[in-house]
Amino acid sequence: MNADGELEKLVEWVEGVRKRVHEIAGEWQDEEGSLIMILHAIQDEIGYIPRGVANELAKATGISLARIYEVITFYTYFRLTPPGNHEIHVCMGTACYLRGAESIQAKLLQQIDLMKAAGGAKDDFQVDCVRCIGCCGLSPAVVMDGKTYGRLNPEDSPEILKQKPGV
Amino acid sequence: MDKQPLTARELDTFVQEASVAERWIRVGMDTGGIAAGAQEVYDALIEARDSSGLDIDIQQTGSIGLSYADPVVLVGGNDLPTLVLGDMDADSARELFAGYFRDGRLLDDRVIATKDRGTDFDGTQQQVILVKDTGDGDSHHRTTIFQNLIREDLEARGLDQKIAVVRALDMGLYHRGVCVQMLPSRVTYASVTGADIRRLVDESLRNGIVLDDLLVPGGDPQERISMRNCGSIDPSELESYLRAGGYQGLKRALVDMNPEQVIEELKTSGLRGRGGAGYPTWLKWKNTRGQESDRRIVICNADEGDPGAFMDRSILEGDPHSVLEGMLIAAYAIGADTGFFYIRVEYPLAVKRVQKAIKQCREAGLLGENILGTGFSFDAKVRFGAGAFVCGEETALIASIEGRRGSPEPRPPYPSIKGLWGKPTSINNVETLATVSAILEKDGNWYAGFGTEESRGTKVFAVTGKVRNPQLVEVPMGTPIRTIIEDICGGAGHGSPIKAVQTGGPSGGVIPVDKMDTPVTYEALLELGSIMGSGGMLVMDESDSMVDVAKFYLGFCVEESCGKCAPCRVGGFQMLSLLKKIHAGDGVVSDLDTLRDICVCMQTASLCGLGQTAPNPVLSTLKYFEHEYLDLVTTPETVTSNGKGRKHG
Ligand SMILES: Cc1cc2nc3c(=O)[nH]c(=O)nc-3n(C[C@H](O)[C@H](O)[C@H](O)COP(=O)(O)O)c2cc1C
Ligand code: SF4
Ligand code: FES
Repeated sequence: MNADGELEKLVEWVEGVRKRVHEIAGEWQDEEGSLIMILHAIQDEIGYIPRGVANELAKATGISLARIYEVITFYTYFRLTPPGNHEIHVCMGTACYLRGAESIQAKLLQQIDLMKAAGGAKDDFQVDCVRCIGCCGLSPAVVMDGKTYGRLNPEDSPEILKQKPGV
Repeated sequence: MDKQPLTARELDTFVQEASVAERWIRVGMDTGGIAAGAQEVYDALIEARDSSGLDIDIQQTGSIGLSYADPVVLVGGNDLPTLVLGDMDADSARELFAGYFRDGRLLDDRVIATKDRGTDFDGTQQQVILVKDTGDGDSHHRTTIFQNLIREDLEARGLDQKIAVVRALDMGLYHRGVCVQMLPSRVTYASVTGADIRRLVDESLRNGIVLDDLLVPGGDPQERISMRNCGSIDPSELESYLRAGGYQGLKRALVDMNPEQVIEELKTSGLRGRGGAGYPTWLKWKNTRGQESDRRIVICNADEGDPGAFMDRSILEGDPHSVLEGMLIAAYAIGADTGFFYIRVEYPLAVKRVQKAIKQCREAGLLGENILGTGFSFDAKVRFGAGAFVCGEETALIASIEGRRGSPEPRPPYPSIKGLWGKPTSINNVETLATVSAILEKDGNWYAGFGTEESRGTKVFAVTGKVRNPQLVEVPMGTPIRTIIEDICGGAGHGSPIKAVQTGGPSGGVIPVDKMDTPVTYEALLELGSIMGSGGMLVMDESDSMVDVAKFYLGFCVEESCGKCAPCRVGGFQMLSLLKKIHAGDGVVSDLDTLRDICVCMQTASLCGLGQTAPNPVLSTLKYFEHEYLDLVTTPETVTSNGKGRKHG
């Protein structure tokens, strides 16, 4: 592996991100109530809000880094670390909870552990609980990488993890 | 649409020209529908149409609310009333073309019978008989037997080529034995026995005589006002909304009325806020208007925080223009120049539809300068939430738009006096605004004709949990809870009888089954120790532990507490520890008194609505189901026996 090449790519990436942060801040410059929208735009692109980016954003907007951090840490939607490469959202809304969301979550975690132990999981699954995802009619429901799986029972978890489509 | 701003007169042409294609299909493409596979159904329909060469209009719409049957498709044509088909998939979509539109064949177990039932045949030849056994037990088997019996009888009379006998997915009737609905008349019979089949065929189908002893009279307890267009228009087309009478309410307000008259019209309607507190909408507007300022603002609260509710999402996804029109009317009434939609970022489709609606209105001149040539100017923008329930609270919401942490501030001053950037601000809920546009299109008296003296109009509820058919329901206020749960949603759905219904989400309380005849009004629910809230209605059955439910809601509030004030931060935490302890079987009787004490303290000393109402689920379960707490305190085995409360993972 060519270490110099890797480094160059990294530097290029960082420079690209820096530019985007200023561009996004510029787009929102004349808009009222923009900080949270800017943070959303950044997280949409990068997946999280790295410290360096927050720093850059402070420079671009004139808002203090402390205040930016205050906001990022208050809102659970914003992430300070990169997400896993598969995001699983287990709905823990009322309807799903009543219909066994907790055991679905437990089964998913157990299954992921099993896959890891077997060395079969190259992928990194991130399991989060979310509140009602808006399809209680399909409860209990799980969203994986943007696709919703509904009317589940705990035994369905291996299927979801294999990314078999279909409800 | 051309880029010239619309004039008031041009608006009317859309309504006048509105015509429905002869044969059409509408696919419910809201989040719930799409999650269940509506996109695949839509794609299959388009493909099947293109290869069939048939001229059939296929449209994407929002949800009509029947979540239990998603994906749902509406079909018009073949001289039948609109058919509602549920549990669709790509195959059954193709079959619509191969079977239904070609030779009138309908798939079994798809059609949902209408509750808007007919009472006579009007001399029409019936084409379809829907049949289903609505009793308990092996109803599928009995349904099939009856389907065959009716078919045989039709065959014997030579009618089998004219009339199709189709198993229904749902009859809209429950525990009424074998039911049939005949189409196009919609005449519906219940408790049909084998002996009735001959009469059904001979008298009703051949001679058009209604069998009064079996007849189920018409009467859908629902009334769609806020959800008037959900499922019937294309939410991503402005013209579709205009053809349904859209922006007529705005036109009436701008052209025929001054702002005071608009406020007066709202007063006549009796509309109260649908976001939770039920404050009269006209009064909020009057207060905001009455405040001297160089600028006023209107906000649509689309943060829908109740963890089991989806009314606002459905309206935003199914009919975003109705909310935008309501916002424009609010802005005119209070004298605002800017509006913000504060939308949960977890609702990406709602965000997309609202953004598109705004863009369309800017292009059509319904947003911007000199709207409809009346001199009124206004623009609307979208701002996202970021996963904080407390931001549904007005002052926290304002802080969030301003780019700060969403911490509530003491009220007064209310936002109507000092709101966003210190300017007088009216914050209105999604459903409230969707109703405003309907009220202005018709009039205040018309709206006031629904509901009760104190609680006027209709309310949307998201009925979920242990109910047979979870769905969105819109009923006149004053409708008994039992009608909603049993007549509309089919009652208990998971083998165990209903124990209680929770309303108002984390700020609400439980209503035990013996109080289900209570009418839904702000006052009646309050009296029972619950609240109307935003419209979540969670059904629980005998297998659900009330302590577990209380723990769930309290856990939600503790997690979502902003931590600014001690009663909520500390009280909530302590209470949750106690509930966990009790639930695990380690509690003592005196813990219940401690719980009650903390509840009172939180209710009285918390800064905002979150902390003030968080104890409600605990207090109301203690009020009606204290024995469940006591059982746990004395006999811990009851927890383990139903498998609840064990920590997983
Ligand atoms: C913790 C908390 C959360 C709330 N969440 C919402 C919400 O998600 N949507 C909403 O419309 N109102 C919510 N409310 C009520 C709003 O503060 C406000 O009363 C409402 O938006 C006013 O609109 P309305 O008069 O049309 O109901 C919440 C209140 C509290 C205290
Ligand atoms: S009551 Fe709770 S949520 Fe409200 S301000 Fe106090 S700590 Fe924050
Ligand atoms: S509670 Fe899970 S989708 Fe609503």
